[in-house]
Amino acid sequence: MYSTKYHKPASIADATAALTAGEDATILAGGQTLLATMKQHLASPSDLVDIRAIDGLSDISADGNVLTIGAAATHTAVASSAVVRDVCPALADLASGIGDPAVRNVGTIGGSVANNDPAADYPAAMLALGATIVTNTREITADDFFEGLFSTALEDGEIITAVKITAPAKAAYAKFPQPASLFALVGVFVADGAGGVRVAVTGAGEDGVFRQGAMESALGANWSAGALDGVAASQDGLMSDMHGAADYRAHLIAVMAKRAVSAA
Amino acid sequence: MSTGIGARVKRKEDKRFTTGKGKYTDDIRNDNQAYAAFVRSTHAHANIKGIDASAALAMDGVIEVLDGHQLTGDGIGNIICGWAVTSKDGSPMNMGAWSALATSKARYVGDAIAVVIAETQAQARIAAEAVVVDYEELPAIAHVMKAMAEDAPNIHENAPGNLIYDWELGDEALADAGLASATHITTLDLTNNRLSPNPMEPRVAIATYDDAEEHYTLHTTSQNPHVARLLLSAFYQVAPENKLRVIAPDVGGGFGAKIYVYPEEITCLWASMRTNRSIKWTSDRSEAFLTDAHGRDHVTTAKMGFDDNHKIVGFKVDTVANLGAYMSLFSSSVPTYLYATLLSGQYNIQNLHCNVRTYYTNTVPVDAYRGAGRPEATYVMERMMETAARELDMDPAELRRINFIQTFPHQTPMLMAYDAGDFPKILEMAQDAADIAGFAARKTEAAGRGKLRGIGYSTFIEACGLAPSQAAGSLGAGVGLWESAEVRVNPVGSIEILTGSHSHGQGHETTFAQIVADRFDIPIESVSIVHGDTDKVQFGMGTYGSRSAPVGMSAVVKAMDKVEAKVKKIAAHTLEAAEEDIVIEGGQVKVAGTDKAMGWHEVGLAAYIAHNLPEGMEPGLKETAFFDPVNFSFPSGAFICEVEVDPDTGVTEIIKFTAADDFGTIINPMIVEGQVHGGVTQGIGQALLEQVVYDDDGQLLTGSYMDYTMPRAADIPFFDVSHHETPSPNNPLGVKGCGEAGAIGSPPAVINAITDAIGNNNLAMPATPQAVWRAIQATKSVAAE
Repeated sequence: MYSTKYHKPASIADATAALTAGEDATILAGGQTLLATMKQHLASPSDLVDIRAIDGLSDISADGNVLTIGAAATHTAVASSAVVRDVCPALADLASGIGDPAVRNVGTIGGSVANNDPAADYPAAMLALGATIVTNTREITADDFFEGLFSTALEDGEIITAVKITAPAKAAYAKFPQPASLFALVGVFVADGAGGVRVAVTGAGEDGVFRQGAMESALGANWSAGALDGVAASQDGLMSDMHGAADYRAHLIAVMAKRAVSAA
Repeated sequence: MSTGIGARVKRKEDKRFTTGKGKYTDDIRNDNQAYAAFVRSTHAHANIKGIDASAALAMDGVIEVLDGHQLTGDGIGNIICGWAVTSKDGSPMNMGAWSALATSKARYVGDAIAVVIAETQAQARIAAEAVVVDYEELPAIAHVMKAMAEDAPNIHENAPGNLIYDWELGDEALADAGLASATHITTLDLTNNRLSPNPMEPRVAIATYDDAEEHYTLHTTSQNPHVARLLLSAFYQVAPENKLRVIAPDVGGGFGAKIYVYPEEITCLWASMRTNRSIKWTSDRSEAFLTDAHGRDHVTTAKMGFDDNHKIVGFKVDTVANLGAYMSLFSSSVPTYLYATLLSGQYNIQNLHCNVRTYYTNTVPVDAYRGAGRPEATYVMERMMETAARELDMDPAELRRINFIQTFPHQTPMLMAYDAGDFPKILEMAQDAADIAGFAARKTEAAGRGKLRGIGYSTFIEACGLAPSQAAGSLGAGVGLWESAEVRVNPVGSIEILTGSHSHGQGHETTFAQIVADRFDIPIESVSIVHGDTDKVQFGMGTYGSRSAPVGMSAVVKAMDKVEAKVKKIAAHTLEAAEEDIVIEGGQVKVAGTDKAMGWHEVGLAAYIAHNLPEGMEPGLKETAFFDPVNFSFPSGAFICEVEVDPDTGVTEIIKFTAADDFGTIINPMIVEGQVHGGVTQGIGQALLEQVVYDDDGQLLTGSYMDYTMPRAADIPFFDVSHHETPSPNNPLGVKGCGEAGAIGSPPAVINAITDAIGNNNLAMPATPQAVWRAIQATKSVAAE
């Protein structure tokens, strides 16, 4: 009833074959959400296709100012990568603050991006940095990739292989953790990068990660924390739960945005 | 190095705990092992129209599926509350029926309805999901203030309006008159937030029926295995006491939640007999959140009146308490005799009255959790004192000093006769350690960094070692609250102490050995502690309410008195001296002032060889004692918390926490400090982080650590802990108990510090960032008006 067949393919082709063959097959990238869900019997995939052993999928490299991070790179790998520190230190900082060491040692960037948890950290970075999500079949801009709560542009059987990021002029991430889970109650990633000046917010939106237009305009005109004075975030479309009502989250967006700008 | 009373002896038990050699219930696997999984109500309140187990019974490995009709049909009795509280109109409390497996109605999410027995744990759990329960959903109540509404659904037929009792203590007319004479009255509405106990080891039970002997063995995570056996035998009719052995081996924390016999242990014992298999059930963390007895959950209005000299002239407290869906074992006593009795605090108050109403709700039963009633009382009292001081524009320490009890013993109007203490002294110690004089400068410096710095006090008293048995009985307790001990001196002089106290983290194997090593001046390695097994220890009341030192150790002392008397008789006889000239020191039994001596082990050998004992003396060297204290012991303390609040986010950082305690005589300062650290940490958890939340339909929203916030190391400061010892006159060691004080005293100190920082007394626990931010906004809007 809850039995699962485990696969560990060595190539994308083998992974795709296993995903296609399985009746209800799922990619296992780090499992930090999936395995917990399976333990609670909320998910029971027929096949788990573990992509972490695929050659090159954990590589991190830079070509000029373009950073490529393999989908199976763990949060620890990103946080401790000299290449990432060099090209986009804000991303390394973000990775160093995901979950706890046990999560960071196993969870992967591809898994996080594909899961698109509304409280995950990486989606804010991808959106703010104007990142490109590379799959086995195509490249998708972050703007097109994140579609809503746990929802992305990925097709069935499509596998993220890497993310590509162009070095921003400035960037930083400021997270206010939900006290129990330490996921973002509000996380704000600010960047002056490939996509222009961007402010991406995670943890707060009912539809997942989103861009804060008013703040982007203010920072576009004047990149400083002071430029955000009086720029309030709207409560519309924000989550309300026992850890933070929409008005508190809206307030935190403004506070965290300023802190991120100051740190950038 | 000394290993006696007062020595920082490293814990003897920690070698096995830190090397993974501890033996917990879940580490045990019997031959013929089968596993239980419970089918639990997914509704907070529902009639059970039918149970269809056919699909589950057909699944791999399933041995049996049993339900409540079969359980009651076999004569298993209902779970009881063991403390009868009488309403002020003289009527008895309304105890609703609680069957280990619900038969006609489920009353909270998690209520056990059936049990699946299978060959493996996984098979049992999967099959439990396949048992189909036909529910007729009923309206549910999660919050206690909704339980009393006129149109509230009725949870137990014999409890109209869901009221369990309406009880009072103190003199209402006197309190009213006192308040009428007051020149200042402070009023506060307070909630004491509902907590989940979260011991590191979840509950586990292994029940093993031996059909040849018609004998049952229960391995279980209990704080009091003998009490469990008594309940299982005398009240739940599982087996006669002589046919039931209860063993609580290494237990990983209890905090009160492991006092009680729960439906799972009863069901496993009964199912073991029904299936003739050993049945093992291990709670997972989700089940722990759903079924372990919760703590606190009070709503209170308090009024305190002062005269022109700032003396308290009247104090009235009106409390409503949520006892959950059923009355757990000590649930009735927690908001009454363990709560209202402490509402005099450290203060001389003559005109005092407390009214308590308790109600059923569709939530997990609520019972004792570290502190049990005393944290609730301390929270009311110390929030009132700090708030009153602010309203009176007084130094909060000075207002307390003016009202401190100065002489002992002190009889309060709330039944309690305080034994000993020095409240001004411990307050002064705490103030010195907290550098009160330097606070203003620190506040200014913090303001320069944009932070709001605040300081808060809590000067508290609590009561440990509930006693004496006769008095407890007169107040409704169903049991006596003594403790037993047996001291066995072996022929080689080593000693085994059998105690009815139970260690589940407290370090008894060390501290109990210390008092023996101290008394007989022998190496601590020669002393072993035996506990947690009803076949080894004759009887005992177990460990809760910080009773192991004041009651459990006292029983050991009484037994050692008898051993010493016999040792001296044997030595006097052998050494041809007078008994009164015999002294025990340095591993020897000597004639004082001479070189005539026997080794300690030689006396032991003499007792067992029995070739040359005094006329008429029985051989052997083993003594038993029961100790029933004449009174509670009353630990007291002064806590000071200093915080910084980030006004932009509402985040509170505890900068410093100072604890000055009076625990009476201290056996092992290291272990006592550890208890203070742990207790204060749980108190900080209550004040800042922890809160059980049910939605309006009675679904538990905080069902995992993703939503229930436990304190992490980063949330907790370093502690400044000091002690002042005024020995309790109520037991031979002068000890008072230290297990709960930290959790009792700390929540108001934290909240008083935050409210000081933000300038708003209207702040409820837990003071989450959101709650503090809202309180700051409220202060701003008041200032703007």
